[in-house]
Amino acid sequence: MFIAAMFFYLFALMVVLSGAMVVLARNPVHAVLFLILAFFNSAGLFILLGAEFLAMLLVVVYVGAVAVLFLFVVMMLDIDATAMRQGFRQNLPIGAAVGCVLMAELLLVFLGGGHSGSVLAIGHGGASNTTLIGRQLYTEYLLLFQLAGLILLVAMIGAITLTMRHREGVKRQSIAKQNRRTRGGTIAIVSVESGAVPDALEDAPAAHKKLQ
Amino acid sequence: MIEFFNAYIWDLIWTLLKIFAVIVPLLIAVAYLTLAERRIIGFMQLRKGPNVVGPFGLLQPFADALKLLSKETILPSGASKTVFVIAPMLTFVLSLVAWAVIPFGEGLVIADVNIGILYLFAISSLGVYGVIMAGWASNSKYPFLGAMRSAAQMISYEVSLGLVIITVIMAAGSLNLSDIVRAQQGLWFCIPLFPMFVIFFISTLAETNRAPFDLPEGESELVAGYFVEYSSMSFALFFLGEYANMILMSGMTTTLFLGGWLPPFDVPILNAIPGVVWFALKTALVLFVFLWVRATTPRYRYDQLMRLGWKIFLPFTLFFVVLVGGVLLGFGLLP
Repeated sequence: MFIAAMFFYLFALMVVLSGAMVVLARNPVHAVLFLILAFFNSAGLFILLGAEFLAMLLVVVYVGAVAVLFLFVVMMLDIDATAMRQGFRQNLPIGAAVGCVLMAELLLVFLGGGHSGSVLAIGHGGASNTTLIGRQLYTEYLLLFQLAGLILLVAMIGAITLTMRHREGVKRQSIAKQNRRTRGGTIAIVSVESGAVPDALEDAPAAHKKLQ
Repeated sequence: MIEFFNAYIWDLIWTLLKIFAVIVPLLIAVAYLTLAERRIIGFMQLRKGPNVVGPFGLLQPFADALKLLSKETILPSGASKTVFVIAPMLTFVLSLVAWAVIPFGEGLVIADVNIGILYLFAISSLGVYGVIMAGWASNSKYPFLGAMRSAAQMISYEVSLGLVIITVIMAAGSLNLSDIVRAQQGLWFCIPLFPMFVIFFISTLAETNRAPFDLPEGESELVAGYFVEYSSMSFALFFLGEYANMILMSGMTTTLFLGGWLPPFDVPILNAIPGVVWFALKTALVLFVFLWVRATTPRYRYDQLMRLGWKIFLPFTLFFVVLVGGVLLGFGLLP
């Protein structure tokens, strides 16, 4: 237990510190990197709780995919940190109010005993927690699970239709079209006798049209 | 105090010894992979390759390492210093930590965890950070372009990689890598899941930024891509990380599709050879194909790379996930 406690304090400290640095860092890219560190350390906390499946999903989904895109966007945008801090005074009351509400909710849960025991409770019964989570998701919460998937699908299709536009005058490669081209459709053999140039050229425009 | 020592310190020392037993051979393998690459490509192109330093050029990797060590470390003045220094370390460390779950033989694994394959997938999906951080921190246009390309490329191919892994998990019925190898006793997964094997291999080429998908480096248009500004040991760390990643991906291919430590036929003579040897042989074979591909294929165009990932691999692997699930369920083969 001693080692586990040590690791808990290490991860917890890192989560809190990097969480604070997300807000305090002047450079937005550094802020995102600290956010990633916070995600990673919370994955460590999940492992200490015995929820290794959730920990790995956190790393794969949030750190490996979502945060990469986030970083991508922040790097491309070239955000001016001083401009972002301009409305600090006006926005302070709203931010403080939201923070107080969140804090009160957390305190209510912890002091009021609203949480249902330990996460470890799911690990009982011998099966690994991957099996147990899968069984729960696909039996009791099947409808909710499928609905969540549907919502994500709709969001994805929406994003694609909003951003996709077919511009005029852009040449696109159609591999099927390229593969359908045959020798007969592109090459025409014209026999040309020496000195009979005008006759041969009469055919040539037709052959040229075939090319396109 | 004595109890504390007995309880933890021996465990710690034992684990450290196991880690060294994996990392030291791995680093030697990385050193000789660089030599093997140059020699093999040399032979394929009817040249000799480096054969002067030591017998058959066997001391060449050490000469290269000494050269890199003695070079000057340069920190560009416009660079974001901390991120610039962390990026190569991150790449190198990530290529090493993934080895914790790879089983080299029956019971020969540092951490035999239940979710080994997810851990492997998670670590390989973090590899993109080294590249992005290096590209951004250099504060220079070629590295930045290389990093952007690389981020898009690695994320695209991770999708199909994940779906291929799902088919393997379904066929094996476990997320534990040792169990996945045991499930291949008698029939390696590369035979029933052959299309997935091919897609997995091509995706690992893209994931490790190797030819024909080495656009992040793209010498002809980006100089050397994301590590243009690096020199000396920080460059060496990127270099080592790239080759360690190649070996890791080959090890992963071996574990998932080529039966890991299992001999090709279940006969006593072949069974007498230790599993580690089979594992090393299969990994070396996959690595040879990596080098072979590099020597024989031209670089992909970027839009074709994206088309291959999103329009061909993704629908095909999705279809195959459904197909494999259906076949397993329909014929009652679910493990």
